Amino acid sequence: MNKSVSQGAWWFVLPVVLLVAFNAIIPLMTVVNYSVQESFGENMFFWSGVRWFEQVLRSDRFLSALVRQVMFSGIVLVIEIPLGLMIALAMPRRGPWVSVCLVLMALPLLIPWNVVGAMWNIMALPDIGLLGKGLNALGLNYNYTRQPGAAWFTVVLMDVWHWTSLIVLLCYAGLVSIPDAYYQAAKIDSAPRWAVFRYIELPKLRYVLTIAILLRFMDSFMIYTEVVVLTGGGPGNATTFLSIDLVKTALGQFDLGPAAAMSLIYFLIILLLSWLFYTLMMRNQAR
Amino acid sequence: MATIALDNLRHSYMANPDGDADWALKKVTLDWADRGAYALLGPSGCGKTTLLNLVSGLLKPTEGRVLFDGQDVTSATPEERNIAQVFQFPVIYDTMTVYDNLAFPLRNRGVERGEIDWRVREVAKMLELDDLLKHRASGLTADGKQKISLGRGLVRSDVNVIMFDEPLTVIDPHLKWVLRSKLKELHQRIRRTMIYVTHDQTEALTFADSVVVMNDGEVVQTGTPIELFERPSHTFVGHFIGSPGMNVLPCEFTGDWPAFAGQPVVVANADAYRGNGGVLEIGVRPEFISFADAGIAVRIVKVFDAGRHRIVETEHGGHIIKMLVPEDDSIPGDSAFVKFDPEHTRLYRDGWLVT
Repeated sequence: MNKSVSQGAWWFVLPVVLLVAFNAIIPLMTVVNYSVQESFGENMFFWSGVRWFEQVLRSDRFLSALVRQVMFSGIVLVIEIPLGLMIALAMPRRGPWVSVCLVLMALPLLIPWNVVGAMWNIMALPDIGLLGKGLNALGLNYNYTRQPGAAWFTVVLMDVWHWTSLIVLLCYAGLVSIPDAYYQAAKIDSAPRWAVFRYIELPKLRYVLTIAILLRFMDSFMIYTEVVVLTGGGPGNATTFLSIDLVKTALGQFDLGPAAAMSLIYFLIILLLSWLFYTLMMRNQAR
Repeated sequence: MATIALDNLRHSYMANPDGDADWALKKVTLDWADRGAYALLGPSGCGKTTLLNLVSGLLKPTEGRVLFDGQDVTSATPEERNIAQVFQFPVIYDTMTVYDNLAFPLRNRGVERGEIDWRVREVAKMLELDDLLKHRASGLTADGKQKISLGRGLVRSDVNVIMFDEPLTVIDPHLKWVLRSKLKELHQRIRRTMIYVTHDQTEALTFADSVVVMNDGEVVQTGTPIELFERPSHTFVGHFIGSPGMNVLPCEFTGDWPAFAGQPVVVANADAYRGNGGVLEIGVRPEFISFADAGIAVRIVKVFDAGRHRIVETEHGGHIIKMLVPEDDSIPGDSAFVKFDPEHTRLYRDGWLVT
């Protein structure tokens, strides 16, 4: 029996194609367009090839922002993943405290990002903020508006406060879905607590952790709002991450060409690293 | 190895049980001898898994005691009781090899290396897992995984009892039979006490020397498969065991015999009845009903072909009577007379066998 082929189905795909075109392809191509041209006022453009890309990749400013960005994501992941996992393990699995814990954990996630920045900005102020004043009262010389180290400390602390909850919630969901029989079997096999974690909980959490690491990596690599509100990228350029640098270039200096080239490089880095993470972790799982 | 005694065991999952319905397990007193093969049989939700978890120590009873070899272990942990359990869904340690899975309980108990090795190899051989020892356990099929769970119990030399909680649920039908006979064979070889929980009568009756039938949180009857079949002590047992189950027909006691449909029915236990009222019923299995020239008049409703025999569904006055007819026997057309075998027809009062 021959199946009749109807091309009419394409009409059903059309809305999605249009949607994707408007929200992804067209904006992206605009950026590509800027990245290969030199722009003057009054909509005058000249072809400039890959010059902007070369310029960006050779500039110290971009490279140091990239290094800061990688360091930030690294530090944040190293702290948040184990911490989130530990909190999730310590949370109760049954009883009235479950919902209390879950709500407490979800709170930071519900606060708008610029509010998080503003909160920490005020809290860390050395003369009036709870954190800033407290640290100074303890005899520590802390001023995040002047000391790069203090600024980094504050930014990392803020991100940990804001996003560890996400890891906790993901891990907790993963832990709760492990059937009781596994714990009972472990009890019967007299497995010590660490073995239960190592051989039951950790293997069952692998997929969840993969997703958690990916999400946190992508988000932290693109961090903008909170840091801009907290430190504005300073002191100096100490907390100027890629996104902040990009906005400075594009909107502060109005260098559309270099900014567009930077955006594309930034985008490709995230894409590449995410793909790398994902394939590596999935390959480990397949083995 | 141990004899297991359950002394007036009751359990409720609620903090303050109030009324019969709150008890998952109403009151159970049982004795299980050492080295036996036992089955707990009952429909879903009858409390058999609760009972199993009470024996294993995963649950603490609300009331009553659990005794192993006369020693009170009611508040002992599963570890202290030295039990092994195979769960409904295969529980294995995914990241370990088959070998490490089997060695795990021994390593946790600090058994010496050389002994672990020979024990694991011996058990693997018994379970036909010896070719797979180096494989990762997560790659095995469901029956292979269940064998590993069982193996983790078998490697321990000191296990008091091995318990199975519906272990064949996720196994393919054609492998169920293989694994079941393997279990039986294993039991005969190693002679450890085994308790097998199931809702499948075939599994229970083929595996166990003694079957405990449960319903609604109570033990209804304990006996050998033959006793359960030939002499059910409750209409529930008659109904639950056998395919099709026992016919249960209402009757009235007139003179020396109970009467169904105006006809006196000769029952094996009529002498025991002392005229003390209650709801009276006659129980007779389809295997013990045959066509006759005279007797109870029935109308034939349906005939099912079940291979070596046929199941004939007949009806009298709204009551369905099922009977088994060998495949060579002829079946009358529309209406016929049936008779019950007096040896295997019994009187029940309020559901319980009159004794």
